[in-house]
Amino acid sequence: MNAAGLAAWIRHAAHLVSADAEHLTRLDAAVGDGDHGLNLDRGFGAAAEAVGALSDDATPGKVVLTAGRAIVSKTGGASGPLYGTALRRAGKALGDRTEVDAAALGAALAAALEGVQELGKAAEGDKTMVDALIPAVSAYEGALAGGADLASCVRAAADGAAKGAEATVPLRARKGRASYLGERSEGHMDPGAASTALILRALADVTVEG
Amino acid sequence: MRKLINAPADVVSDALRGLAAAHPSLRVDAASGTVRRADAPRPGKVGLVSGGGSGHEPLHAGFVGHGMLDAACAGEVFTSPVPDQIIAATMAVHGGAGVLLVVKNYTGDILNFRMAAELAEDEDIEVATVVVDDDVAVEDSTFTAGRRGTGATLFVEKIAGALAEEGADLGAVAAAAREVNERSRSFGVALSPCTVPASGEPTFELGPDEMELGIGIHGEPGRERVKAGTAAEIVDASLSAIDADMPVAGAELLVLVNGMGGTPLIEQYVAYAEAARWLEGHGASVVRPLVGPFVTSLEMAGCMVSVCRLTPELTRLWDAPVQTPALRWGR
Repeated sequence: MNAAGLAAWIRHAAHLVSADAEHLTRLDAAVGDGDHGLNLDRGFGAAAEAVGALSDDATPGKVVLTAGRAIVSKTGGASGPLYGTALRRAGKALGDRTEVDAAALGAALAAALEGVQELGKAAEGDKTMVDALIPAVSAYEGALAGGADLASCVRAAADGAAKGAEATVPLRARKGRASYLGERSEGHMDPGAASTALILRALADVTVEG
Repeated sequence: MRKLINAPADVVSDALRGLAAAHPSLRVDAASGTVRRADAPRPGKVGLVSGGGSGHEPLHAGFVGHGMLDAACAGEVFTSPVPDQIIAATMAVHGGAGVLLVVKNYTGDILNFRMAAELAEDEDIEVATVVVDDDVAVEDSTFTAGRRGTGATLFVEKIAGALAEEGADLGAVAAAAREVNERSRSFGVALSPCTVPASGEPTFELGPDEMELGIGIHGEPGRERVKAGTAAEIVDASLSAIDADMPVAGAELLVLVNGMGGTPLIEQYVAYAEAARWLEGHGASVVRPLVGPFVTSLEMAGCMVSVCRLTPELTRLWDAPVQTPALRWGR
């Protein structure tokens, strides 16, 4: 995968977030303050614009780093720093390479998870985006260890994230605004886990087989 | 949704333009969403910067001025400001004596202000951060994000602002801010939800005979939903929750009965009458009362009661001159 592929991912993620903004906002209204879709739409829109303004010789790492910086600058809320940090860490992990192989993308995904956990201090089961990211990373790593190619690894990660998001429904939130609700947060999907699954699905969509 | 706006996307910047037009004592940058005192930075004075999501007006921009904040950052409605805004405000008011960041305890605010504080240190600006978490409705445990910052934010900004105006150093101003927060508690009740302009839908549904106890200030649902009660019952529920957490007997109190945005002043005074009677009956003496909509949640109906156990020094700082759009006395 090259820089153009990662830029296509950011653009497609912005498109999916925009199309799904209302759904994300509805999820957030149930357990938070109902603005997750709006904020992410603004943030990823800015990321797509910033990535589009990069010169043609930008590396894959630079593309992802730039998207992260735009998200920190434009999103606000907890999602801005968390998604921004995830992408910036992933971008840094990609380094100066011009072509991203399956192992490098896996390392970048793991770095994103580490950054999110460092900043947000959420553990598995707290009902946050981490509950989508952890299964995504482990599914990716499992597929990679089994000799899968990049496209299959990414698809495994996207499926893992979707399952992880689904599994947040019965959980009681222990982080973020939803935690104020205590047991009333049960029975609702975590909006951050849902958007994480969406963004990884965007990556799977733009990753070409073989 | 019927609102006095031009377009949902423009609410925050349009309101900031209005603030600028109405208050020449402020310097408003609508593009970056920052508001500062016209006379900032003042050499040798500790700068006070706060901010948060919009929709809580007059908090925070309405408290920018002599004896209170030097700058405020306005995020999108109910969304914390971004680090770029916070660092811009910090640099604009830094007079060489450091800057105190007053942050309400919400995950988004904490994360964005933390990133901004790191950027400020890169610029060699000494910053201290005080986190306001006065809301007793949230159990402070490892199972929540911790108590929310609500009505006591006003107390912290006023008292720390007075001390900074007197020329105290950053350590002393930060310590006073933390002391006020530790001595303050709040509890809020909603009689109706509110509608974020960009979403157009009420943040939760309440039946005609229901109220929401233990709300925050972002239209989020509260601790429990009960049958709506009288003003006396609402105030009793609020002050009982506060008293159970921080006994008020024997204390000299600063008391705020705060309208949430959609409750008329006449009802806020009905609530204040009940609060004054309740506190007297429980052995507390109210030495400084304040009634009005100061920390709001758009057009939500309901009220929040905030109390601070004063000391003679805190009372003196509360009484010190203040001149801001929303709070002014002694000058």
